[in-house]
Amino acid sequence: MSVLLVAEHDNSNLKAFTLNAISAASKINNDIHVLVAGFECDNVSKEVASIPLVKKVLLCDSQNYKNYLPENLAPLITKVSEKYDHIVASANTFGKNFMPRVAAALDVSQISDVIKVNDSETFLRPVYAGNAFATVKSNDKKKCVTIRPTSFDPAPKTGGSAQVEKIEAVAVPNISKFIKREETKSERPELGTARIVISGGRGMQSGENFKLINSIADKLNAAVGASRAAVDAGYIGNDHQVGQTGKVVVPDLYIAVGISGAIQHLAGMKESKIIVAINKDGEAPIFSVADYGLEADLFTALPEFLSELNKLNTIQK
Amino acid sequence: MKILVAVKRVIDYNVQIRVKEDGTGVHTDNVKMSTNPPDDNAIEEAVKLKESGKVKEIVAVTVGEEKAQETVRKALAVGADRGIHVKADSYIEPLGIAKILKKVVEKEKPDMVFLGKQAIDDDCNQTGQMLAAILNWPQGTFTSKINLKEKTVEIVREIDEGLETLEINLPAVITCDLRLNEPRFASLPNIMKAKKKPIDQMIAKDLGIDIKNRIQQLKVEEPPKRKSGIKVSSVAELVSKLKNEAKVI
Repeated sequence: MSVLLVAEHDNSNLKAFTLNAISAASKINNDIHVLVAGFECDNVSKEVASIPLVKKVLLCDSQNYKNYLPENLAPLITKVSEKYDHIVASANTFGKNFMPRVAAALDVSQISDVIKVNDSETFLRPVYAGNAFATVKSNDKKKCVTIRPTSFDPAPKTGGSAQVEKIEAVAVPNISKFIKREETKSERPELGTARIVISGGRGMQSGENFKLINSIADKLNAAVGASRAAVDAGYIGNDHQVGQTGKVVVPDLYIAVGISGAIQHLAGMKESKIIVAINKDGEAPIFSVADYGLEADLFTALPEFLSELNKLNTIQK
Repeated sequence: MKILVAVKRVIDYNVQIRVKEDGTGVHTDNVKMSTNPPDDNAIEEAVKLKESGKVKEIVAVTVGEEKAQETVRKALAVGADRGIHVKADSYIEPLGIAKILKKVVEKEKPDMVFLGKQAIDDDCNQTGQMLAAILNWPQGTFTSKINLKEKTVEIVREIDEGLETLEINLPAVITCDLRLNEPRFASLPNIMKAKKKPIDQMIAKDLGIDIKNRIQQLKVEEPPKRKSGIKVSSVAELVSKLKNEAKVI
């Protein structure tokens, strides 16, 4: 039987991580149906229909789903899931919010944060903040799975023409109300999907000093990250935090500046393709995961780094 | 108003996890255990609400082996009024835990249940949402701010895009983010006083609910190690390596 995938979107556009979830779902079964539940989200259903891996789009357009309240969304997904063996979503704050509600309603044990699909019932997932990997097999008839988007390549976006079927909304419990959403606006690429990330830690010593990081980020078109220590010290907002309790990032290049490399930070970045560490403490644990380590005072190294970058004629963006 | 706070005993977050050679799990013998970090935030928030006069009673509950009581005892030392220990000798999946907590909720009739947003051992991030689902209650997950009103609670949630504010009806389940507050340490006199506070015991398997695990753990292994890299001697060398060797800039 087929896979039901729940699309993440903002009612106008599909969120990029849905493409990664679709590619993970395709490793479970090729018959992928995508549920687009939202309000005035026609354009999203069109975007999804053009993804070649998608066989069918289920569009549920109702005010009830405008803000993706889990109390409203879960009964819809639970009902739609009757015809499916697998219910899949991204393991980000979107999927984590409603999927356990769906699983509990179906009396199913959820498999969270899958990083590899072995077969339709066996999955690999990190535990202990990525310090161990567990291979798990679900014995439930229906399987609720959330996948870690950064562990799967995004599915191609165009070329398909799946059928779009409109479905009816279901009754909502009216126990929760959306008030507002304050999105962090930035000129820079988003931390979760940026090709290059440069992060600062406690070694930055102040929020003011993050301008050294910012100017390099601008030069490299990189996202700016931070360690929990830097966030807790108030140098930078918590939406920049990389780590077990922040965001997990997997860029092509991760530059850790003045970050010692606590276990909880490593959990959020150690899958990056290339890791650079700049730290004046040569014994800092961050060097054990770095491809290139520079033992130096960041306050001299960063300005020098910027001027070396300025000397390069071309920088890949 | 009454709050039930669920706490879990896990390997301390400062301990380096060691995977067992036979692939059955991780070493827990002689390893320092403590309360799951965001559960401390859950307790702290409940205590703050009690101090503000909005909450009358805090009950701390845990599910686990005999030693799991330590986490309840710690919650009592920080300010919870009484404890409940649901004894279970082996690992129970979040679905089973949620069903057990539902039983406790039916008995205690709290206005809110507080939990940590996620346990740092199995990293499931499910129990709070599952409990809310089977109670038909609303939920506030990844909560970093709580504003308790008469019949509702306004919460601010940490989401990937930034912050989201919701107003949810009471009774409700709230899962706490590390940014909700700064957990206090228990003072020595309070630790002594906590020893006199009651902890009721229940037995998980006697509750008459299906708590059988559905997921088989086939293997636990070390994550692949990164190849150790090199140290560069200058910024110029670093930039040249990134440009010409790694080809990432």
